Parts: sequence; C-alpha cells; structure tokens
Amino acid sequence: MNDARFECLLRLGDNALVLAQRLCAWIGHGPVMEEDMAQANVALDLIGQARLWLAYAGELEGRGRDEDALAYGRDAGAFRNVLLVEQPNGDYAQTIARQFLFDAWHHAELSALTASSDARIAAIAAKALKEVSYHLERSSDWMLRLGDGTAESHARLQAALERLWMYSGELFDADAHDATLVEQGIVPAPQSLRAGWLQQVGAVCTAATLTMPDADAWMQHGGRQGRHSEHLGYLLAEMQFLPRAYPGVQW
Amino acid sequence: MYAQMVDTGASRLRSREEMDADEQAFQARIDDGQKIEAQDWMPEGYRRTLVRQISQHAHSEIVGMLPEGNWITRAPSLKRKAILLAKVQDEAGHGLYLYSAAETLGVSREQLVDDLHTGRAKYSSIFNYPTLTWADIGAIGWLVDGAAIMNQIPLCRCSYGPYSRAMVRVCKEESFHQRQGYDLLLALCRGSEEQKAMAQDALERWWWPALMMFGPPDADSVHSAQSQAWKIKLLSNDELRQKFVDQTVPQAEYLGLRVPDADLRWNTERGHYDFGAIDWSEFHAVLKGNGPCNRERLQARREAWAEGEWVRAAALAYADKHAAAERHSQAA
Repeated sequence: MNDARFECLLRLGDNALVLAQRLCAWIGHGPVMEEDMAQANVALDLIGQARLWLAYAGELEGRGRDEDALAYGRDAGAFRNVLLVEQPNGDYAQTIARQFLFDAWHHAELSALTASSDARIAAIAAKALKEVSYHLERSSDWMLRLGDGTAESHARLQAALERLWMYSGELFDADAHDATLVEQGIVPAPQSLRAGWLQQVGAVCTAATLTMPDADAWMQHGGRQGRHSEHLGYLLAEMQFLPRAYPGVQW
Repeated sequence: MYAQMVDTGASRLRSREEMDADEQAFQARIDDGQKIEAQDWMPEGYRRTLVRQISQHAHSEIVGMLPEGNWITRAPSLKRKAILLAKVQDEAGHGLYLYSAAETLGVSREQLVDDLHTGRAKYSSIFNYPTLTWADIGAIGWLVDGAAIMNQIPLCRCSYGPYSRAMVRVCKEESFHQRQGYDLLLALCRGSEEQKAMAQDALERWWWPALMMFGPPDADSVHSAQSQAWKIKLLSNDELRQKFVDQTVPQAEYLGLRVPDADLRWNTERGHYDFGAIDWSEFHAVLKGNGPCNRERLQARREAWAEGEWVRAAALAYADKHAAAERHSQAA
C-alpha cells in the first residue's frame, strides 16, 4: 500500500529537486542582480520542499534511505519528476516559461494536497503552498513583462512557450499509483486540476499578449514513470558526482 | 572585504593649515567622531575615494558569487547545497546594498557596473583564484570571509554613515558564512583520509592569497594615511593581517591542518605569530589581470550583462507602457 505513496512522494520531491538544480545554474549569471536573488530564493524554497518530501519517502520505504541517499543515490530511471522541470534553462524566456507552467500546476496541486488524508503530506503542502504562491506571482509577472515588453522579448517567450508546451500534458497524467491514492483521499485526481490550469495559463497568456498553444496538442509522457529526456542524465551526473566519487562518507 | 589599494588621489597627507575653511570644518567633524551623511558637504577627494572603495567592495561581492556559485550544482548534500545557495544569495544582497550606498554619493549602479566590465574598476584579487574542490568552498568561508570580517568590523565605525550602516548588516552575515565554512572543513577533517587531504590542499592554495587580501605592507601603502585621516580605513593593512594570522592559526590547528608557512611560529615577546614573507609579485600580477581566473570572471560578468540586455529592456518597456496606461486612466 505504501508503494503508491512512496511513488507519489518521489514525484513531488523530484519535481522540486530537479527544478531547483536547474535554477542553481543561473546564480551569478542572471540578467540583473535582483533576479539572481529571486532565483536563489525560489531554488532555496524548492530544495527545502524536496528535502521534506524525500525524507518522508525514505521513512515510508523503511530501507534506511534518507533524503540524500534518495537524491544522490538514484540513477535517472529511478527519478520520478515530470519532463518539464528537467528541460534546459535555455534563455531567460525559456526559464520563465518553464517556471510559470510548472508553478501554475504546482500551486493547484499543493492547494489540493493541503486537504490530503495523509496528515504529513497535508502539512508539508501547507508550508510549501505559501512559498509557491510567491513563485507563481513572480513567474506570472515575468510572463507579462516579457510577453508584453519588447518585440524581441515577446518573440522569445512565445517560442519558449511553444517549445515547452508538449511537456505540460504530463502534469495531468494518471497511472495506477494515482488511482490508489485518489481513492484513499491522499492526492487529487491529476485530471481534476487541468481545467483550472488551462484557464489560469490562458488568462496570463492573454494578458501577456501571447498565444497559448493548442490544449489538445501532442504531449510527451513518461517522466513520472522514470522514462526521461536525455537532459536528466547530465543534470544528475553533475549533481551526484561527489557522493559517487567518495561513497560512504559524511559531508 | 574586498577593497585593496584604494586610490585617494592624495600623494601625501595635508596639514590643517593647507586646508580651506570647509575642509577644516569637515576634518573637525570626523575627528570628533561624527558621521558624514549623503547630503553633507564633503571634499571631492573624500567622495571619490569612497565611491572607489564602496564600489570595489560591491564588485567583489558580485564577482565573488562566481567561484562559489561554481559549486552550488555540485554540493554533496541537500543541506550543504541550501547553505551554499543561501550564502551566495547573501553576497548578491551585499552587492546591491553596497551599490546603493555608493549611489548616495552621486553615481549610478549602471556607471559602476560599466566600470567593472570595462576593467576601469577593480575587485578583490582573491576571486581570481579557482575553486577546484568542494573543500575550497569551506576555505573561502573560513579564510576569505574571515579576512573580510577582520577588515569590515572596523568599517562599521567608519565616518560615512551609509557605508558604516551597510557594514553592520554585512558583518553579521559574513560571520555566519565564516562559521559555515569552518563547519564544512570540520566535517572533511573528521572524515576520510581523502576528505582530509582535500581540506589540506585547499588551505595550501588559499592561505597566501587570503593574506594578500589585506593589501600591500604599510610601508608601500601610499593612500592609507589619507584614508585613515578620513576614517574610512581604521586599521592598517599590516595590523589587520597580523590579527588575521593570530586568529586563524589556532583554528587550523584545531582542524588538524598544517598552515603552509615554514616560518610560522609564535613569538612570545611580541605576543603574536611571526610569519613568512608574502610573494607580492604574485599579488601585483593578479591585480594586473594575470591571475588564474581574471579573464573568466570578467567574461562571465560581461556575458551575464550582455545576455540579460533584452530582459532588462523588456522589463523597462513593460513598466513604461503600464505607467503610461495608468496616467491615461487617471486623466480619464
């Protein structure tokens, strides 16, 4: 029974961890110093959330794996994040579009999880929701600034949105694990979040003078089951190299 | 930290009799321990020197994000990753804080950043050294932030109000960073032989550059006398360096690490450590742009700025559009 919950916690934790790892690469290289600080803030929140989700996953699993064993000791096939968050940073438009598409889903997901029948999941979600409310506000603001800024920023953001769109469908995929947990009142049905998400993304796109891609476009799937894009392997190689080069020591 | 060889424009310290009435009154306020505020009259040399010193400090914070940022994606645990990320974020905050302090003196952040990118402005020589291993992150916290605090704590009492207030806040965060760096090294030194060797190697590479952070010996420091008279430098380079060595050597011993100086020994008579000669030719070479990473550091900053141009332009265009729309709706 705990298998499904373990999977679910990995999905939540890995989404946060992989996106944080992407954002970390911006620090010191952002377009303006205030953005370095803001990206660091978001990344810090996400790392904090990843630690809470993964620590709980490790406890439920009961095999002695802690947050670091899970973060640093799994290969790409054992990661359960959606494909969207592992996509490369690209230019700032791509980073912002990825963040916004994810934040809009993340906010809805966490809101629903605050009512989870698993008290610990509900508590972590309540804490994370406060942080993610700010993430969504910030990424929505940047969608507006870049979409309705200059001709160049508009073109870049429109292109980023179209490039990333095919990774958005997976946010609403459901498998047997989801079915089990939905039945137990632990997680919301993924599909139940889709209409609200489409409405929110559509509203921000309209305000930002962007064209939202077709909701029924062809979508990529598989991240939540461990079938990832080529990008994740490199991300993990960089992230995990020290504990792998010096196994079994404390840092 | 982070201000070295700041040019005061003065070749010697002038006597009271050589000053005009305004300058005499200004110097009297400083001697009396009063703070100078942005709107107060100040000699042009004082203003210019402060701009150079504060902006050099700000640039150092921003460039200093790069060698440490280099390891955020490779931190070996989630806790260490969060600590390092928060530290580098603090540095961005210090940079912004200091640019704001400099702006009170009538310069813009854009001008100052441009001076950095064109090589007219300097930043601390220490950030031109590479971070080759995870232990370097500990060494930077312990030694580099340690040296910075040594330099900055007296600056909390400096004569220029906005700078002194910025230093109070910066020092609090820096001392936290120093402890975190030391804690990182302590974990390595209590770990495996390989981890301990990593820590020893880091100390060997960072020790001498850290001592150089305090700037050239007092005898060769032509601008110090004027800066000290203005109370924007409160202790001499050599005094600060000695304090740093005295504080740091016992900390190295506690870690079980060997300071790479054959001449280092406690001098009972002086009540201080004696230490070996510093290779100043290296210091001057690094300042001239020939350190191991000068080119990479400056290039990274220039690229970030150039690649961010369209983002800043978009944010401005959006703000202008909406300010105009707001004016329009208020008029209607």
